[in-house]
Amino acid sequence: MKPRTALLLLLPALAINLVAFLAPMANLASYAFHGVSPSGAILPGLSLGTWAALFDDSFYAELILTSVLTSLGVTALTLLLAYPLALFVHRAGPRTKNLLMVACLSPLLISAVVRTYGWLVILGDHGVIYSVMHALGVEHPPKMVFNQTGVIIGLVQILMPYMILSLLAGFGRLDPAFEEAAASLGAPPWTVLRRVVLPLSLPGILLGFLLVFVLTVSSFITPKLLGGGRVFLLATEIYDQAIVTLNWPLAAALSLVTLAIFGVTLGLYGRLARAMEQA
Amino acid sequence: MIHRALIALLFAFLLAPVALVFPMSFSADRVIAWPPSAFSFRWYIALFNETALRQAALNSLLLALGVTLLSLAIALPAALAIARGGFRGRDSLMALLTAPLLLPTIVLGLALLIVFAGYGLIGSWLGLAFAHLLITLPYALRVLSTALATIPAAVEEAAASLGAAPGAVFRRVTLPLMTPGVIAAAAISFLVSFDEVVISLFVVGPKLTTLPVAMYRYVESRTDPLVAAVSALLVLFSLAIVLLLDRTVSLRKAIGK
Repeated sequence: MKPRTALLLLLPALAINLVAFLAPMANLASYAFHGVSPSGAILPGLSLGTWAALFDDSFYAELILTSVLTSLGVTALTLLLAYPLALFVHRAGPRTKNLLMVACLSPLLISAVVRTYGWLVILGDHGVIYSVMHALGVEHPPKMVFNQTGVIIGLVQILMPYMILSLLAGFGRLDPAFEEAAASLGAPPWTVLRRVVLPLSLPGILLGFLLVFVLTVSSFITPKLLGGGRVFLLATEIYDQAIVTLNWPLAAALSLVTLAIFGVTLGLYGRLARAMEQA
Repeated sequence: MIHRALIALLFAFLLAPVALVFPMSFSADRVIAWPPSAFSFRWYIALFNETALRQAALNSLLLALGVTLLSLAIALPAALAIARGGFRGRDSLMALLTAPLLLPTIVLGLALLIVFAGYGLIGSWLGLAFAHLLITLPYALRVLSTALATIPAAVEEAAASLGAAPGAVFRRVTLPLMTPGVIAAAAISFLVSFDEVVISLFVVGPKLTTLPVAMYRYVESRTDPLVAAVSALLVLFSLAIVLLLDRTVSLRKAIGK
């Protein structure tokens, strides 16, 4: 293939990339460093006003901290619940395994709005949990939705397939012979899990942690619908600033903060993954 | 025993939200309440009369079809150039073209909103198509590249050495061999576009909206079983596409793993 032909074939894809990705992202970054007039027009000249406002208001420091901590908590919980499931799927026979894989991954094919709505059916004011607890004699079941509890439960379930996928990829190195060897040498099941299975699956755990953490930080639909406007996270705040308040420079600055969190997480992941390979 | 029960419980946790949408869609109640006091087709009938949702569903369908065709038309030549071009820096080029998938959709949506607002593209077909191509193209490109990588170059070389022109080699040899990849790329592009909601939220306008956005807005303002009926239909629709795909090509083969 001549270089000219190759370039011609690539041109449409490159054009879309430029028009819908590179240019808008560059523009977004520049918005974070410009002032806005009261009418909403962008002022000429660079300005750090948006960043000053962002750092001045303790609301945003808290927002960023809450987002990171919530995401860490959600990721840890997801790992805790996905690990036994992934291990079970990994150990199943080939035919059952395929079926279980489909069951674990099929939620990915369904819109986030639908899955979040399903949680409203379960956690809502007259939902499944409420009616079960009521039937069990609990007078005033705790509120499970439109607060942080609902957001965390919903996110954990919605992100679980990604964690299971990562863990299964990591379990590839897990030879059942290792476990049998440890067991035949007298290690109780719990010790086999702690000393053999867990260390060998560490790369998968790390990958899943990265993926789910990053997805939680940027998730929007679930916190918005299950949080009922009472849970403030980075992604929901970006949306509110962009669509409701129309403060685009602030929304752009918060976007850059989100990207920075992504960058730091990826950097940490790279370091840990390298350290693990050398160990 | 405890172990088994725990696994069953975890599976229930994973699948319950989607499964429960089905019985809820047949509820006869005015609001979401469990268990429904009676069952009926009330919300499916209501769905039929909900013109805004129906229009949104039609928009989504048309958009997803158009975006799928465009994705194939744009990604196929690009994948071909990357796989057979033989120039340097192909890995970086692939990284650039698939980079949008690494960024949060909320950031991509905002970036598009700011640019599109200046050109009157908000709430337009063109704007929505650009926005969806942004995320369907990387998927299509990846699937098509993998499909191309599994075709031995020797087959194409043989055809060429026997005198077939480059266009004929592609049409008669390469394309037929990568059909499973093309079908998989089309199905993934369609599903990604049809389900996309966050970027669309920034780009839709009062006159043109998509089904996921309309559903999101509906759930935000009201919680009745209507969305359960839509959801049930959507789950069946996704299932049908996947089954169709599975019939045509093994998904595993198509993705090449």
